[in-house]
Amino acid sequence: METLLEILGELHPEIDFETHKSLIDDKILDSFDIVTIIAEVNDRYGVAIPAHEITPENFNSASALYELIQRLMDED
Amino acid sequence: MLFTSYEFILFLCIVIGLYYTIPKRFQWKLLLVASFVFYYFSGWSNLIYISVTIVSTYLVGVKLGNLDKQQKLYLKEHKESLTPEEKKAYKERIKVKRWRWLLLCLIFNLGILAVVKYTNFAIANINYIFTLFKMNELSFVNLILPMGISFYTFKTMGYIIDVCRGKYEPEKNIGKLALFVSFFPQLIQGPISRFDDLSKSLYEEHHFDAKNFAFGFQRVLWGYFKKLVIADRIVAAVLEITKNPETYDGIFVLVGMIYYAIQLYADFTGGIDITIGIAQMLGITVTENFNRPFFSKSITEYWRRWHITMGTWFRDYIFYPLSVCKPMLNISKSSRKRFGEEIGKRIPVYLSTITVWFTTGLWHGASWNFIVWGLLNGVVILVSQEFEPLYAKFHERFNVANTFGFKLFQVIRTFLLMSSLRILDCYRDVGVSFRMFGSMFTKLNINELFNGSLLKLGLDVSDYVVIIIGVIIMISVSLVQRSGSVREKIAGKPVIIRYAVFVLLFFSIIVFGAYGIGFDSNQFIYNQF
Repeated sequence: METLLEILGELHPEIDFETHKSLIDDKILDSFDIVTIIAEVNDRYGVAIPAHEITPENFNSASALYELIQRLMDED
Repeated sequence: MLFTSYEFILFLCIVIGLYYTIPKRFQWKLLLVASFVFYYFSGWSNLIYISVTIVSTYLVGVKLGNLDKQQKLYLKEHKESLTPEEKKAYKERIKVKRWRWLLLCLIFNLGILAVVKYTNFAIANINYIFTLFKMNELSFVNLILPMGISFYTFKTMGYIIDVCRGKYEPEKNIGKLALFVSFFPQLIQGPISRFDDLSKSLYEEHHFDAKNFAFGFQRVLWGYFKKLVIADRIVAAVLEITKNPETYDGIFVLVGMIYYAIQLYADFTGGIDITIGIAQMLGITVTENFNRPFFSKSITEYWRRWHITMGTWFRDYIFYPLSVCKPMLNISKSSRKRFGEEIGKRIPVYLSTITVWFTTGLWHGASWNFIVWGLLNGVVILVSQEFEPLYAKFHERFNVANTFGFKLFQVIRTFLLMSSLRILDCYRDVGVSFRMFGSMFTKLNINELFNGSLLKLGLDVSDYVVIIIGVIIMISVSLVQRSGSVREKIAGKPVIIRYAVFVLLFFSIIVFGAYGIGFDSNQFIYNQF
């Protein structure tokens, strides 16, 4: 989780990602941010997030995104 | 059959009349027949094109569903005997099969679109190269472009990709799938609905709901007002300016640019209002396609609010898959090593953005004008993205971000920027478009606006009065919409005011609409895409 928070914090230092639960709905993360996050996650976790997993539910909060990463790692 | 024709009004009355009188279980079947009848009027050969697309999409959808079932069954039956590695290998084999079927369907349907829409464009470009080498030119082919083919092809592509991704089950009834693809109000200019958004409301039984019907009718009226009173009136001046670039340069390019923005907005949003309004009268909910786009403060925001279903389609089915595919992630990794973090991480975003905007341009039309228009949109978006830190510093230094004046400046800047890019929609080729854009700065003479020239563009004083009042009404409605539905607000007023508003709207279309003798019935701009 620490690594993920670090990735997100680099993109938007002004946001508290531990508490924010509507990153997509509040338009904090845009499509460019999402692509950057996926590239970083791939780099640091070795997990490829496929396009169909890019949904508001998976990206609205750091915890939801972390759950997605865990799930994809387990599937691997 | 144009939405603005008398035939369409008659057709609509018959469909709605039957819709609420026949047994409810036949409603979706009636809509399917109505959609095919509607499309038949745009040319019988169009029915063949759309039917082929429906059948191919249906068959591949069923095949994908069967593969999914086969996988589930096999894994269930061999739950105990298979090792995790064997399970994974089996899933991978099925996945490859699914992707092959998907690819086949996409190539087939996109191939039809490519052949009918882009063959002559390709020939024109090949001929240009041939003439450079003094070779014989190829002959153009006589192909009819079926109306709305770009819209319905994209709908089917979205459907089949989602089925392949396992987002939902494939539709088992070919008639129902055919209705989703051909639903007549949105067949020729969208919105590009997603199957999971539209299907439930499209197939379920609908009882007559007076409020829903009235709201739908009001929205249809509002759409006709925008199209007939504003768009079809101002189009005369737009054509006069843009078809005669030798006569109208300098300040007239700016005038044409603004007039075209008004025409396009009134035309496209008007058409979509009619579409969504008709669907609402039938009890069907269609996704919104606009969210007051001319109030956007940046080009990125503009594209989130203009032609929303097209933007999200390109985002979900091209931008994301391209940006996060394995080869792109590898490019990202290697370019970070080679060029450093800052540049390296931008490369996938840049490549995907430019690809998306190139495709968006090409989708709009088979011409270099649209391709350059698309690419310029992409470039402007990337440049503004790069300037983001600079903007942040500016806002930190000067506390103006939340002032009305600065917001107004941003809205006007975005409007002018988007209008400038749209010059490429209007002029005959890219060279003329750039020359005309340049003439706004090199030949600018504001006095030309006050020597009576504006009245020689095909609009007289009464036309201007109608257009100005129409535009004021459009802006006012958009401003009121910020705090909720205008129709809900009007519905809350006393009955006399309620009826007065809509009787006034109805008669203003009858009296001030640009139709009848002296006016050509104009196609909606987006019909040609």
